[in-house]
Amino acid sequence: MSKLTKEQIDQFFIEQFESFEQQLNGEKSLPLHKTRKEAFDTYKQSGFPAPKDEEYKYTNIAKAFASHISSVETSDIELTKEDVQKHFISKLKAINLVFVNGELNTSLSDLKDLPGGLIIENINDAQTKYESDFASYFNKADMAGADNFFSLNTAFTNGGAFIKVEKSAIIEQPLACYFFSTSQKNDMISQPRNMIIAGENSQATVIENFITLGEHASFTNAVTEITLEQDAIFNYYKYQNESDKAIHVGATMVEQRGKSVFNAGSFSLRGMMLRNNLNIAIHKPHSETNMYGMYLLDGKSHVDNHSVVDHIAPDCESNELYKGVLDGKSKGVFNGKIFVRQAAQKTNAFQSNGNILLADTAEVDTKPQLEIWADDVKCSHGCTVGQLDADQLFYLKARGIDEKTAKSMLLKAFAADVITTVKVDALRELIEKNIEERI
Amino acid sequence: MLSIKNLHASIEGKEILKGINLEVKPGEVHAIMGPNGSGKSTLASVLAGREDYEVDKGEITFKGKDLLDLGADERAKEGVFLAFQYPIEIPGVTTTNFMKTALNKIREHRGLEPLDAVSFLTLMKEKMKLVEIDQSLLSRSLNEGFSGGEKKRNEIFQMAMLEPELSILDETDSGLDIDALRIVSNGVNKLKTPDNATIVVTHYQRLLDYIVPDYVHVLFEGKIVKTGGKELAKELEAKGYDWIKEEAGVAS
Repeated sequence: MSKLTKEQIDQFFIEQFESFEQQLNGEKSLPLHKTRKEAFDTYKQSGFPAPKDEEYKYTNIAKAFASHISSVETSDIELTKEDVQKHFISKLKAINLVFVNGELNTSLSDLKDLPGGLIIENINDAQTKYESDFASYFNKADMAGADNFFSLNTAFTNGGAFIKVEKSAIIEQPLACYFFSTSQKNDMISQPRNMIIAGENSQATVIENFITLGEHASFTNAVTEITLEQDAIFNYYKYQNESDKAIHVGATMVEQRGKSVFNAGSFSLRGMMLRNNLNIAIHKPHSETNMYGMYLLDGKSHVDNHSVVDHIAPDCESNELYKGVLDGKSKGVFNGKIFVRQAAQKTNAFQSNGNILLADTAEVDTKPQLEIWADDVKCSHGCTVGQLDADQLFYLKARGIDEKTAKSMLLKAFAADVITTVKVDALRELIEKNIEERI
Repeated sequence: MLSIKNLHASIEGKEILKGINLEVKPGEVHAIMGPNGSGKSTLASVLAGREDYEVDKGEITFKGKDLLDLGADERAKEGVFLAFQYPIEIPGVTTTNFMKTALNKIREHRGLEPLDAVSFLTLMKEKMKLVEIDQSLLSRSLNEGFSGGEKKRNEIFQMAMLEPELSILDETDSGLDIDALRIVSNGVNKLKTPDNATIVVTHYQRLLDYIVPDYVHVLFEGKIVKTGGKELAKELEAKGYDWIKEEAGVAS
């Protein structure tokens, strides 16, 4: 297949949706399918986001898709436990959930003997089994930041995970979600859709890790919806050390419906083109939101972090800190939006993005954006782009530290205020190892 | 130990050092004095291996090895230490972690086992006393938020930890009040042995009341124009540098 036009991509997904509908059979009569169809209608109005869409100006997913995704077929590849386990984060004690091309694989996941207060279901079954939860928590299409990729994902909702942490449950072990694309024989498209409910006074941690297997390209359009109820504390980490043929768009849609604490960490190391949309709506006073991120790129990797924090309620605090280290011909994009609505008085919102370019062929585009309608708030934002400091490097070398170690020390120091926020030891150690290996 | 012959060095095409000759033997203290812009700090930087400077001519040997062949880190491992005029702040790297890494790199080079955490801490505590440095400083980021005096004391503390054979103190006295100057000088003197040597780069004679040199060299326009004993420093303090400039002008 030669390079597709936008019209051809739009037509491609129309056909995909038709064949998807056919395979659904009886499920078509269930309420989820009405949502799917409405979402697809919304999607069709403007179709696949193209660069003329301001939000995708610096990250041309349409072009990457058109140039690299061709021979799409359904995969007949069966993964074994060994196949998936070698990609698990080492030394991490976790409840492992394995998704293959977007669908929760029950035999490869730890679904037996779940701790009390934790429910994990296939999302298709949950729509009837947990009908009221589904009605209340699924499809956050009205949130700021919900775009056409979100609608496309909703339209193809199938086989993802419904995760519920019940009232006052504390889940000690993190839930590690591994999303595999089986691109061994042909290009793969997957659209994982998960929903997580952090019940009242509950605590849990989720790690998402995306892995493309094989030499062919993958296009992943993932959505994870997270809702926090009163007094919930929820930690969310996203780790991307993808194949050079991976195109990824992932939206994390977070609603802090009750007074709650949400912590996010996003770590991107490799991929052809990765776009992370982190959208957070804060509905109740005295909530706290922390967003940390690091991108450590080389080669031709392109990583775009877009975030929207919507301060709807007063007396809340949000902190955002993203740091980037870019080498080779890599490209980083950071776009952080903060909305402070008129009612959101006494908001404290801070945002910062720092970058170090290790090569003059690397590039970063950074754009903070604040829109404030309230008049009694504390907000700040800032961004920096620089290089490793030659004086610092010389100082370390003048004490007998070789160049490689010295650079690694300086980069770790630069990233320290992001890395130290990772509460899961095995994940933090993995990221530190990534930094050392990269130098 | 150190032998500099006809050293010419430049930065961005501008020649700063124009033929330096200097011999330093173990146990000796050499003072390099001179007016601003004479090339004192350049000489210190070239010895330590700063890459901004281009060595155009001449040679430097240290313990028989060609120093110019070695990178800054290799020179440090061989035993060259530069106490910076303006110590660099490195946020996010603690002094302790920095020192541990540096010390173990140097020990590795000397064929010694890395120090374990307990022996390292014991050594640190011992050396901290030497320059009366507070332990809380060492768990903070390197030089970040340190006062001028604390930074200079930290340099001498590092020197004490790494036990170099050749120490170059680049205007260690600048910005130090008299109390701090005594502490720093006292530290340097305690580290003196018959096997190591010190080059003290300074603009003023005062430091040399505390660190007494065997030789005083006057650097002017990139050349050593006069060499004498410690009394030369006193003469310079009393008469200023103008007579040196005149003498040098007459000679050339």
